[in-house]
Amino acid sequence: MKARLLPCGEQGVLLEVDTIEEVLAWHGAVQVAISAGEAAFADVVDVVPAARTLLFVVRDGGSLADVRAALHTLPVPDRPSRTANGDDATIVEVPTRYDGPDLDHVADLTGLTPVEVVRAHTGTPWQVAFCGFAPGFAYLVGGDPRLRVPRRREPRTSVPAGAVGLAGEFSAVYPRSSPGGWQLIGRTEVTVWHTEREPPALMRPGMLVRFAEAG
Amino acid sequence: MTVHLEVIATGPLALIEDLGRPGLASQGVSRSGAADRRSFQLGARLVAQDYTAAGIEVTFGGLAVRAHGDVMLALTGAPAPATVDGRPVAHASPFTLLHGQCLRLEPPAAGLRTYVSVRGGIDVPPVLGSRATDTLSGLGPPPLRPGDSLPIGSPPPTWPNVDIAPTRALANDPITVQLIPGPRTDWLADIRQLATKWTVSHRSDRIGIRLDGQPLRRHPCRIDQELPSEGVVRGAIQVPADGNPILFLADHPVTGGYPVVAVVRDAEVDLVAQAVPGQRILMSFARH
Repeated sequence: MKARLLPCGEQGVLLEVDTIEEVLAWHGAVQVAISAGEAAFADVVDVVPAARTLLFVVRDGGSLADVRAALHTLPVPDRPSRTANGDDATIVEVPTRYDGPDLDHVADLTGLTPVEVVRAHTGTPWQVAFCGFAPGFAYLVGGDPRLRVPRRREPRTSVPAGAVGLAGEFSAVYPRSSPGGWQLIGRTEVTVWHTEREPPALMRPGMLVRFAEAG
Repeated sequence: MTVHLEVIATGPLALIEDLGRPGLASQGVSRSGAADRRSFQLGARLVAQDYTAAGIEVTFGGLAVRAHGDVMLALTGAPAPATVDGRPVAHASPFTLLHGQCLRLEPPAAGLRTYVSVRGGIDVPPVLGSRATDTLSGLGPPPLRPGDSLPIGSPPPTWPNVDIAPTRALANDPITVQLIPGPRTDWLADIRQLATKWTVSHRSDRIGIRLDGQPLRRHPCRIDQELPSEGVVRGAIQVPADGNPILFLADHPVTGGYPVVAVVRDAEVDLVAQAVPGQRILMSFARH
Protein backbone atom coordinates (compact mmCIF):
# COMPACT_ATOMS: atom_id res chain seq x y z
CA MET A 1 0.00 0.00 0.00
CA LYS A 2 1.46 3.33 -1.09
CA ALA A 3 -1.22 5.35 0.65
CA ARG A 4 -0.78 6.89 4.10
CA LEU A 5 -3.36 6.50 6.88
CA LEU A 6 -3.72 9.61 9.02
CA PRO A 7 -5.66 9.87 12.30
CA CYS A 8 -8.92 11.83 12.24
CA GLY A 9 -10.61 11.49 15.62
CA GLU A 10 -12.36 8.58 17.29
CA GLN A 11 -14.62 7.90 14.32
CA GLY A 12 -12.52 8.79 11.31
CA VAL A 13 -9.39 7.85 9.39
CA LEU A 14 -7.98 9.82 6.47
CA LEU A 15 -6.27 7.99 3.61
CA GLU A 16 -3.83 10.19 1.70
CA VAL A 17 -2.39 9.58 -1.77
CA ASP A 18 -0.49 11.78 -4.24
CA THR A 19 -2.92 12.30 -7.10
CA ILE A 20 -6.61 12.60 -7.79
CA GLU A 21 -6.32 9.56 -10.09
CA GLU A 22 -5.15 7.48 -7.13
CA VAL A 23 -8.10 8.77 -5.08
CA LEU A 24 -10.41 7.49 -7.82
CA ALA A 25 -8.62 4.14 -7.93
CA TRP A 26 -8.94 3.75 -4.15
CA HIS A 27 -12.54 4.89 -4.18
CA GLY A 28 -13.36 2.32 -6.83
CA ALA A 29 -11.65 -0.46 -4.89
CA VAL A 30 -13.48 0.49 -1.68
CA GLN A 31 -16.82 0.56 -3.51
CA VAL A 32 -16.15 -2.94 -4.82
CA ALA A 33 -15.31 -4.19 -1.31
CA ILE A 34 -18.39 -2.56 0.22
CA SER A 35 -20.66 -3.93 -2.54
CA ALA A 36 -19.20 -7.39 -1.89
CA GLY A 37 -20.23 -7.08 1.76
CA GLU A 38 -16.66 -6.88 3.12
CA ALA A 39 -17.22 -7.15 6.87
CA ALA A 40 -14.42 -4.76 7.81
CA PHE A 41 -16.36 -1.90 6.23
CA ALA A 42 -19.68 -2.78 7.89
CA ASP A 43 -19.39 0.12 10.36
CA VAL A 44 -18.46 2.69 7.72
CA VAL A 45 -21.23 5.27 7.22
CA ASP A 46 -19.37 7.79 5.06
CA VAL A 47 -16.58 7.53 2.51
CA VAL A 48 -15.65 11.08 1.50
CA PRO A 49 -13.27 11.42 -1.43
CA ALA A 50 -11.48 14.74 -1.98
CA ALA A 51 -8.58 16.00 -4.08
CA ARG A 52 -5.84 13.86 -2.46
CA THR A 53 -7.66 11.98 0.29
CA LEU A 54 -10.47 9.62 1.21
CA LEU A 55 -12.07 10.11 4.63
CA PHE A 56 -13.68 7.07 6.25
CA VAL A 57 -16.18 7.73 9.05
CA VAL A 58 -17.63 4.90 11.14
CA ARG A 59 -21.02 4.93 12.89
CA ASP A 60 -21.32 5.91 16.55
CA GLY A 61 -19.59 3.15 18.50
CA GLY A 62 -18.19 1.58 15.31
CA SER A 63 -14.71 0.11 14.96
CA LEU A 64 -11.94 1.97 13.13
CA ALA A 65 -9.37 -0.77 13.68
CA ASP A 66 -11.07 -3.11 11.21
CA VAL A 67 -11.23 -0.35 8.60
CA ARG A 68 -7.55 0.49 8.99
CA ALA A 69 -6.55 -3.17 8.75
CA ALA A 70 -8.71 -3.72 5.68
CA LEU A 71 -7.24 -0.68 3.93
CA HIS A 72 -3.76 -2.11 4.41
CA THR A 73 -4.66 -5.24 2.46
CA LEU A 74 -7.21 -3.88 -0.02
CA PRO A 75 -6.30 -4.69 -3.63
CA VAL A 76 -6.06 -1.36 -5.43
CA PRO A 77 -5.14 -1.04 -9.11
CA ASP A 78 -1.93 0.90 -9.77
CA ARG A 79 -3.62 2.94 -12.45
CA PRO A 80 -7.27 3.87 -12.32
CA SER A 81 -9.33 2.67 -15.22
CA ARG A 82 -11.28 5.27 -17.14
CA THR A 83 -14.52 3.43 -16.58
CA ALA A 84 -17.38 4.19 -14.30
CA ASN A 85 -16.59 2.80 -10.88
CA GLY A 86 -19.16 4.59 -8.76
CA ASP A 87 -22.20 3.05 -7.17
CA ASP A 88 -23.94 3.33 -10.54
CA ALA A 89 -22.24 2.13 -13.71
CA THR A 90 -24.30 4.25 -16.10
CA ILE A 91 -22.84 7.30 -17.84
CA VAL A 92 -24.61 10.55 -16.98
CA GLU A 93 -25.53 12.49 -20.13
CA VAL A 94 -25.74 16.26 -19.73
CA PRO A 95 -27.30 18.10 -22.69
CA THR A 96 -25.88 21.61 -22.50
CA ARG A 97 -26.51 24.91 -24.26
CA TYR A 98 -23.10 26.52 -24.63
CA ASP A 99 -24.14 30.15 -24.26
CA GLY A 100 -22.44 30.94 -20.92
CA PRO A 101 -21.31 34.50 -20.15
CA ASP A 102 -17.65 33.41 -19.87
CA LEU A 103 -17.45 31.27 -23.04
CA ASP A 104 -15.60 33.94 -25.04
CA HIS A 105 -13.28 34.64 -22.11
CA VAL A 106 -12.47 30.93 -21.77
CA ALA A 107 -11.74 30.89 -25.52
CA ASP A 108 -9.31 33.81 -25.03
CA LEU A 109 -7.64 32.14 -22.04
CA THR A 110 -7.19 28.81 -23.80
CA GLY A 111 -6.33 30.12 -27.27
CA LEU A 112 -9.24 28.14 -28.71
CA THR A 113 -12.26 29.38 -30.58
CA PRO A 114 -15.61 29.15 -28.73
CA VAL A 115 -16.56 26.28 -31.04
CA GLU A 116 -13.34 24.47 -30.11
CA VAL A 117 -14.05 25.03 -26.42
CA VAL A 118 -17.41 23.32 -26.85
CA ARG A 119 -15.81 20.47 -28.81
CA ALA A 120 -13.19 20.02 -26.11
CA HIS A 121 -15.79 20.03 -23.33
CA THR A 122 -18.02 17.48 -25.09
CA GLY A 123 -15.21 15.47 -26.69
CA THR A 124 -14.15 13.31 -23.76
CA PRO A 125 -16.14 11.99 -20.81
CA TRP A 126 -15.46 13.49 -17.39
CA GLN A 127 -15.37 11.58 -14.13
CA VAL A 128 -16.80 12.63 -10.76
CA ALA A 129 -13.85 12.91 -8.38
CA PHE A 130 -15.72 14.17 -5.34
CA CYS A 131 -18.64 16.31 -4.15
CA GLY A 132 -18.47 19.39 -1.96
CA PHE A 133 -19.16 23.12 -1.77
CA ALA A 134 -22.93 22.47 -1.88
CA PRO A 135 -25.16 19.38 -1.86
CA GLY A 136 -24.77 17.61 -5.21
CA PHE A 137 -21.95 19.86 -6.46
CA ALA A 138 -19.70 17.34 -8.24
CA TYR A 139 -16.09 18.13 -9.14
CA LEU A 140 -15.48 16.54 -12.54
CA VAL A 141 -11.97 15.63 -13.70
CA GLY A 142 -10.31 13.92 -16.63
CA GLY A 143 -11.59 16.26 -19.33
CA ASP A 144 -9.59 17.87 -22.13
CA PRO A 145 -6.47 19.38 -20.47
CA ARG A 146 -6.63 22.43 -22.77
CA LEU A 147 -9.65 23.60 -20.77
CA ARG A 148 -7.72 24.43 -17.60
CA VAL A 149 -8.58 28.00 -16.72
CA PRO A 150 -8.32 30.01 -13.49
CA ARG A 151 -11.38 31.02 -11.50
CA ARG A 152 -12.88 34.41 -12.16
CA ARG A 153 -11.09 37.18 -10.30
CA GLU A 154 -14.45 38.48 -9.03
CA PRO A 155 -16.84 35.68 -8.01
CA ARG A 156 -20.47 36.18 -9.00
CA THR A 157 -22.87 36.75 -6.13
CA SER A 158 -25.42 34.51 -7.84
CA VAL A 159 -24.91 31.70 -10.33
CA PRO A 160 -28.12 30.04 -11.57
CA ALA A 161 -28.88 26.35 -11.06
CA GLY A 162 -27.78 24.32 -14.08
CA ALA A 163 -24.86 26.62 -14.95
CA VAL A 164 -21.94 24.63 -16.41
CA GLY A 165 -18.54 25.93 -15.33
CA LEU A 166 -14.79 25.42 -15.48
CA ALA A 167 -12.14 26.11 -12.83
CA GLY A 168 -8.63 24.69 -12.69
CA GLU A 169 -8.68 21.05 -13.73
CA PHE A 170 -12.40 20.78 -12.89
CA SER A 171 -15.75 21.17 -14.56
CA ALA A 172 -19.06 21.22 -12.70
CA VAL A 173 -22.79 21.86 -12.94
CA TYR A 174 -24.20 24.19 -10.25
CA PRO A 175 -26.90 22.14 -8.47
CA ARG A 176 -28.79 25.23 -7.30
CA SER A 177 -28.46 28.98 -7.34
CA SER A 178 -25.47 30.08 -5.26
CA PRO A 179 -22.51 32.45 -5.29
CA GLY A 180 -19.70 31.14 -7.47
CA GLY A 181 -16.37 31.98 -9.05
CA TRP A 182 -16.20 29.45 -11.87
CA GLN A 183 -16.01 30.41 -15.55
CA LEU A 184 -19.51 29.75 -16.93
CA ILE A 185 -19.60 28.29 -20.43
CA GLY A 186 -23.13 26.91 -20.64
CA ARG A 187 -26.27 25.73 -18.90
CA THR A 188 -28.30 22.54 -18.68
CA GLU A 189 -31.88 21.65 -17.83
CA VAL A 190 -30.73 18.48 -16.09
CA THR A 191 -31.61 18.43 -12.38
CA VAL A 192 -28.34 17.48 -10.70
CA TRP A 193 -29.71 17.66 -7.12
CA HIS A 194 -33.19 16.62 -6.03
CA THR A 195 -34.03 15.78 -2.42
CA GLU A 196 -37.03 13.65 -3.46
CA ARG A 197 -34.79 11.42 -5.59
CA GLU A 198 -32.86 8.41 -4.27
CA PRO A 199 -29.96 9.08 -4.35
CA PRO A 200 -30.43 12.86 -4.43
CA ALA A 201 -27.17 13.66 -6.27
CA LEU A 202 -27.16 12.81 -9.98
CA MET A 203 -23.35 12.76 -10.09
CA ARG A 204 -21.61 10.69 -7.44
CA PRO A 205 -17.91 9.93 -6.96
CA GLY A 206 -16.54 7.57 -9.60
CA MET A 207 -19.34 8.08 -12.13
CA LEU A 208 -18.67 9.13 -15.72
CA VAL A 209 -20.32 12.26 -17.11
CA ARG A 210 -20.60 13.20 -20.78
CA PHE A 211 -21.64 16.68 -21.91
CA ALA A 212 -23.46 17.02 -25.24
CA GLU A 213 -24.34 20.16 -27.16
CA ALA A 214 -28.09 20.72 -26.98
CA GLY A 215 -29.69 21.96 -30.18
CA MET B 1 -57.48 19.56 14.69
CA THR B 2 -54.53 17.30 15.31
CA VAL B 3 -52.27 17.80 18.30
CA HIS B 4 -49.75 20.56 17.65
CA LEU B 5 -47.57 23.20 19.27
CA GLU B 6 -48.13 26.81 18.31
CA VAL B 7 -44.97 28.91 18.29
CA ILE B 8 -45.49 32.20 20.17
CA ALA B 9 -41.84 33.34 20.37
CA THR B 10 -38.52 31.82 19.28
CA GLY B 11 -35.71 33.67 21.05
CA PRO B 12 -32.52 34.23 19.01
CA LEU B 13 -32.77 30.91 17.13
CA ALA B 14 -35.00 27.86 17.49
CA LEU B 15 -34.58 24.93 15.09
CA ILE B 16 -36.14 21.53 14.57
CA GLU B 17 -33.40 18.92 15.02
CA ASP B 18 -32.97 15.17 15.25
CA LEU B 19 -29.80 13.11 14.83
CA GLY B 20 -29.28 14.26 11.26
CA ARG B 21 -28.44 12.65 7.93
CA PRO B 22 -25.42 10.34 8.20
CA GLY B 23 -24.26 8.65 5.02
CA LEU B 24 -24.64 11.48 2.51
CA ALA B 25 -21.24 13.15 2.87
CA SER B 26 -19.99 11.79 -0.46
CA GLN B 27 -22.90 13.66 -2.10
CA GLY B 28 -21.92 16.90 -0.37
CA VAL B 29 -24.29 16.75 2.62
CA SER B 30 -23.07 16.88 6.20
CA ARG B 31 -24.78 14.93 8.98
CA SER B 32 -26.12 18.01 10.85
CA GLY B 33 -28.64 17.23 13.63
CA ALA B 34 -28.63 18.25 17.30
CA ALA B 35 -25.44 20.13 18.22
CA ASP B 36 -25.38 18.49 21.69
CA ARG B 37 -26.33 14.92 20.84
CA ARG B 38 -26.19 13.53 24.36
CA SER B 39 -28.67 16.08 25.68
CA PHE B 40 -30.96 15.46 22.72
CA GLN B 41 -30.82 11.70 23.37
CA LEU B 42 -31.47 12.14 27.09
CA GLY B 43 -34.59 14.17 26.26
CA ALA B 44 -35.84 11.43 23.94
CA ARG B 45 -35.35 8.82 26.67
CA LEU B 46 -37.19 10.97 29.23
CA VAL B 47 -40.31 11.00 27.06
CA ALA B 48 -39.81 7.29 26.26
CA GLN B 49 -39.24 7.42 22.55
CA ASP B 50 -36.47 6.41 20.21
CA TYR B 51 -33.90 8.81 18.84
CA THR B 52 -35.50 9.20 15.42
CA ALA B 53 -38.19 11.64 16.63
CA ALA B 54 -37.44 15.34 16.16
CA GLY B 55 -37.40 17.98 18.90
CA ILE B 56 -36.62 21.69 19.17
CA GLU B 57 -33.10 23.06 19.70
CA VAL B 58 -33.49 26.42 21.43
CA THR B 59 -30.47 28.73 21.32
CA PHE B 60 -30.21 30.90 24.45
CA GLY B 61 -33.82 30.59 25.60
CA GLY B 62 -36.67 32.82 24.52
CA LEU B 63 -38.93 30.07 23.15
CA ALA B 64 -42.66 30.18 23.94
CA VAL B 65 -45.06 27.51 22.66
CA ARG B 66 -48.74 26.84 23.33
CA ALA B 67 -50.19 23.31 23.29
CA HIS B 68 -53.19 22.44 21.16
CA GLY B 69 -54.05 19.07 22.64
CA ASP B 70 -52.06 17.56 25.54
CA VAL B 71 -48.34 17.09 24.81
CA MET B 72 -45.68 15.43 26.97
CA LEU B 73 -42.37 17.29 26.94
CA ALA B 74 -38.92 17.21 28.55
CA LEU B 75 -36.22 19.90 28.65
CA THR B 76 -32.54 18.95 28.48
CA GLY B 77 -29.24 20.61 27.60
CA ALA B 78 -28.75 24.17 28.86
CA PRO B 79 -31.00 24.53 31.95
CA ALA B 80 -33.10 27.47 30.80
CA PRO B 81 -35.52 28.54 33.56
CA ALA B 82 -38.89 27.32 32.29
CA THR B 83 -42.48 28.06 33.22
CA VAL B 84 -45.88 26.65 32.27
CA ASP B 85 -48.45 29.42 32.53
CA GLY B 86 -46.09 31.15 34.98
CA ARG B 87 -45.36 28.13 37.21
CA PRO B 88 -41.81 26.76 37.12
CA VAL B 89 -41.16 23.31 35.66
CA ALA B 90 -38.11 21.16 36.39
CA HIS B 91 -35.20 20.57 34.00
CA ALA B 92 -34.59 17.05 32.70
CA SER B 93 -37.97 15.86 33.94
CA PRO B 94 -40.96 14.88 31.77
CA PHE B 95 -44.16 16.91 32.16
CA THR B 96 -47.40 17.31 30.26
CA LEU B 97 -48.29 20.60 28.64
CA LEU B 98 -52.08 20.55 28.71
CA HIS B 99 -54.27 21.88 25.94
CA GLY B 100 -54.09 25.69 26.00
CA GLN B 101 -51.08 25.92 28.34
CA CYS B 102 -48.01 27.92 27.37
CA LEU B 103 -44.38 26.89 27.96
CA ARG B 104 -41.80 29.70 28.16
CA LEU B 105 -38.01 29.41 28.37
CA GLU B 106 -35.80 32.18 29.80
CA PRO B 107 -32.15 32.51 28.77
CA PRO B 108 -30.08 29.86 30.60
CA ALA B 109 -27.60 30.95 33.27
CA ALA B 110 -25.15 28.37 31.91
CA GLY B 111 -24.96 26.63 28.56
CA LEU B 112 -26.34 27.70 25.20
CA ARG B 113 -28.70 25.12 23.70
CA THR B 114 -31.84 23.72 25.37
CA TYR B 115 -33.66 20.75 23.84
CA VAL B 116 -37.43 20.50 23.96
CA SER B 117 -38.17 16.81 23.45
CA VAL B 118 -41.73 16.09 22.43
CA ARG B 119 -43.40 12.72 22.98
CA GLY B 120 -44.43 11.66 19.47
CA GLY B 121 -41.87 13.96 17.89
CA ILE B 122 -42.36 17.03 15.74
CA ASP B 123 -43.86 15.58 12.61
CA VAL B 124 -42.81 17.95 9.84
CA PRO B 125 -41.98 16.24 6.51
CA PRO B 126 -38.48 14.71 6.58
CA VAL B 127 -35.90 15.72 3.97
CA LEU B 128 -33.48 12.94 3.02
CA GLY B 129 -34.60 10.88 6.00
CA SER B 130 -34.22 13.60 8.62
CA ARG B 131 -36.14 16.58 10.00
CA ALA B 132 -32.94 18.37 11.06
CA THR B 133 -32.31 21.92 9.94
CA ASP B 134 -28.85 22.12 8.38
CA THR B 135 -27.91 25.80 8.61
CA LEU B 136 -25.03 25.41 6.12
CA SER B 137 -26.74 23.56 3.27
CA GLY B 138 -30.24 24.89 3.94
CA LEU B 139 -31.71 21.37 4.04
CA GLY B 140 -34.59 20.66 6.41
CA PRO B 141 -37.26 22.96 7.84
CA PRO B 142 -36.58 26.70 8.12
CA PRO B 143 -35.89 28.23 11.56
CA LEU B 144 -39.04 28.50 13.68
CA ARG B 145 -41.04 31.73 13.50
CA PRO B 146 -43.88 33.04 15.67
CA GLY B 147 -47.16 31.72 14.32
CA ASP B 148 -45.71 28.39 13.14
CA SER B 149 -47.81 25.33 13.91
CA LEU B 150 -45.74 22.24 14.71
CA PRO B 151 -47.63 18.96 14.21
CA ILE B 152 -46.92 16.26 16.81
CA GLY B 153 -46.61 12.63 15.73
CA SER B 154 -48.25 9.58 17.25
CA PRO B 155 -46.83 8.74 20.69
CA PRO B 156 -44.80 5.52 20.95
CA PRO B 157 -46.26 2.50 22.79
CA THR B 158 -43.65 2.82 25.55
CA TRP B 159 -44.21 5.00 28.64
CA PRO B 160 -41.71 7.12 30.59
CA ASN B 161 -40.42 5.39 33.72
CA VAL B 162 -38.06 8.10 34.98
CA ASP B 163 -39.20 11.21 36.85
CA ILE B 164 -35.97 13.16 36.63
CA ALA B 165 -32.47 12.54 35.25
CA PRO B 166 -29.21 13.70 36.81
CA THR B 167 -27.29 15.96 34.42
CA ARG B 168 -23.84 17.42 34.40
CA ALA B 169 -23.58 21.09 35.37
CA LEU B 170 -22.63 23.28 32.43
CA ALA B 171 -21.31 26.26 34.40
CA ASN B 172 -17.68 25.11 34.40
CA ASP B 173 -15.25 27.77 33.27
CA PRO B 174 -13.06 26.78 31.65
CA ILE B 175 -14.66 23.77 29.96
CA THR B 176 -11.99 21.07 29.74
CA VAL B 177 -11.79 18.96 26.62
CA GLN B 178 -9.39 16.32 25.41
CA LEU B 179 -7.88 16.29 21.95
CA ILE B 180 -6.67 13.56 19.67
CA PRO B 181 -3.95 14.58 17.19
CA GLY B 182 -5.43 15.19 13.74
CA PRO B 183 -4.15 14.37 10.25
CA ARG B 184 -2.15 17.60 9.80
CA THR B 185 -0.23 18.13 13.05
CA ASP B 186 2.92 18.73 11.00
CA TRP B 187 1.47 21.96 9.59
CA LEU B 188 2.01 23.69 12.94
CA ALA B 189 5.35 24.84 14.32
CA ASP B 190 4.43 23.19 17.61
CA ILE B 191 1.18 21.26 18.07
CA ARG B 192 1.56 21.64 21.86
CA GLN B 193 0.65 25.31 21.38
CA LEU B 194 -2.95 24.13 21.02
CA ALA B 195 -3.03 22.63 24.53
CA THR B 196 -3.95 25.80 26.38
CA LYS B 197 -6.92 28.03 27.24
CA TRP B 198 -9.01 29.40 24.37
CA THR B 199 -11.95 31.78 24.39
CA VAL B 200 -15.14 31.10 22.43
CA SER B 201 -15.59 33.92 19.92
CA HIS B 202 -18.95 35.59 19.37
CA ARG B 203 -18.48 34.60 15.71
CA SER B 204 -19.56 31.05 16.46
CA ASP B 205 -22.56 29.10 15.26
CA ARG B 206 -23.73 25.54 14.49
CA ILE B 207 -21.14 25.27 11.73
CA GLY B 208 -18.20 25.91 14.03
CA ILE B 209 -16.77 27.71 17.02
CA ARG B 210 -14.01 30.24 16.44
CA LEU B 211 -11.41 30.19 19.17
CA ASP B 212 -9.67 33.38 20.26
CA GLY B 213 -6.23 33.19 21.82
CA GLN B 214 -2.57 33.22 20.90
CA PRO B 215 -2.63 32.48 17.15
CA LEU B 216 -1.02 29.16 16.25
CA ARG B 217 2.21 29.42 14.29
CA ARG B 218 2.57 27.47 11.09
CA HIS B 219 5.57 25.27 10.54
CA PRO B 220 8.19 27.29 8.59
CA CYS B 221 8.01 24.78 5.71
CA ARG B 222 4.24 25.28 5.40
CA ILE B 223 3.93 29.07 5.56
CA ASP B 224 2.92 29.61 1.93
CA GLN B 225 1.49 26.18 1.25
CA GLU B 226 -2.13 25.47 0.48
CA LEU B 227 -3.78 22.21 1.45
CA PRO B 228 -6.12 20.65 -1.12
CA SER B 229 -9.59 20.42 0.45
CA GLU B 230 -10.21 17.19 2.35
CA GLY B 231 -13.01 15.57 4.32
CA VAL B 232 -13.54 16.83 7.87
CA VAL B 233 -15.40 15.43 10.90
CA ARG B 234 -17.46 16.95 13.71
CA GLY B 235 -15.04 18.07 16.42
CA ALA B 236 -12.19 18.71 13.97
CA ILE B 237 -10.01 21.75 14.72
CA GLN B 238 -8.99 23.43 11.50
CA VAL B 239 -6.34 26.16 11.44
CA PRO B 240 -6.54 28.83 8.72
CA ALA B 241 -3.45 30.79 7.71
CA ASP B 242 -4.13 33.48 10.36
CA GLY B 243 -3.61 30.85 13.07
CA ASN B 244 -7.03 31.29 14.75
CA PRO B 245 -8.55 27.81 15.08
CA ILE B 246 -12.10 26.82 14.14
CA LEU B 247 -13.74 23.86 15.89
CA PHE B 248 -16.38 22.22 13.69
CA LEU B 249 -19.84 21.45 15.07
CA ALA B 250 -22.88 19.63 13.61
CA ASP B 251 -23.35 21.71 10.44
CA HIS B 252 -19.68 21.67 9.39
CA PRO B 253 -18.89 21.59 5.67
CA VAL B 254 -18.20 18.15 4.18
CA THR B 255 -14.66 19.22 3.26
CA GLY B 256 -12.34 21.92 4.55
CA GLY B 257 -9.46 23.70 2.89
CA TYR B 258 -7.30 24.28 5.97
CA PRO B 259 -5.24 21.74 7.91
CA VAL B 260 -7.05 19.82 10.68
CA VAL B 261 -4.47 19.58 13.48
CA ALA B 262 -6.57 17.89 16.17
CA VAL B 263 -10.01 16.41 16.82
CA VAL B 264 -11.99 16.83 20.05
CA ARG B 265 -13.14 13.56 21.61
CA ASP B 266 -16.62 12.85 20.34
CA ALA B 267 -18.46 12.95 23.69
CA GLU B 268 -16.81 16.27 24.53
CA VAL B 269 -18.00 17.93 21.33
CA ASP B 270 -21.39 17.93 23.07
CA LEU B 271 -19.93 20.01 25.91
CA VAL B 272 -18.27 22.40 23.48
CA ALA B 273 -21.62 22.85 21.69
CA GLN B 274 -22.93 24.31 24.96
CA ALA B 275 -20.17 26.93 25.24
CA VAL B 276 -21.32 30.55 25.16
CA PRO B 277 -19.29 33.35 23.57
CA GLY B 278 -16.67 34.53 26.05
CA GLN B 279 -16.49 31.18 27.81
CA ARG B 280 -13.07 29.55 27.98
CA ILE B 281 -12.08 26.09 26.78
CA LEU B 282 -9.01 24.41 28.25
CA MET B 283 -7.63 21.90 25.79
CA SER B 284 -5.24 19.07 26.48
CA PHE B 285 -4.12 16.06 24.50
CA ALA B 286 -5.66 12.76 25.58
CA ARG B 287 -3.29 10.19 27.06
CA HIS B 288 -3.51 6.84 25.34
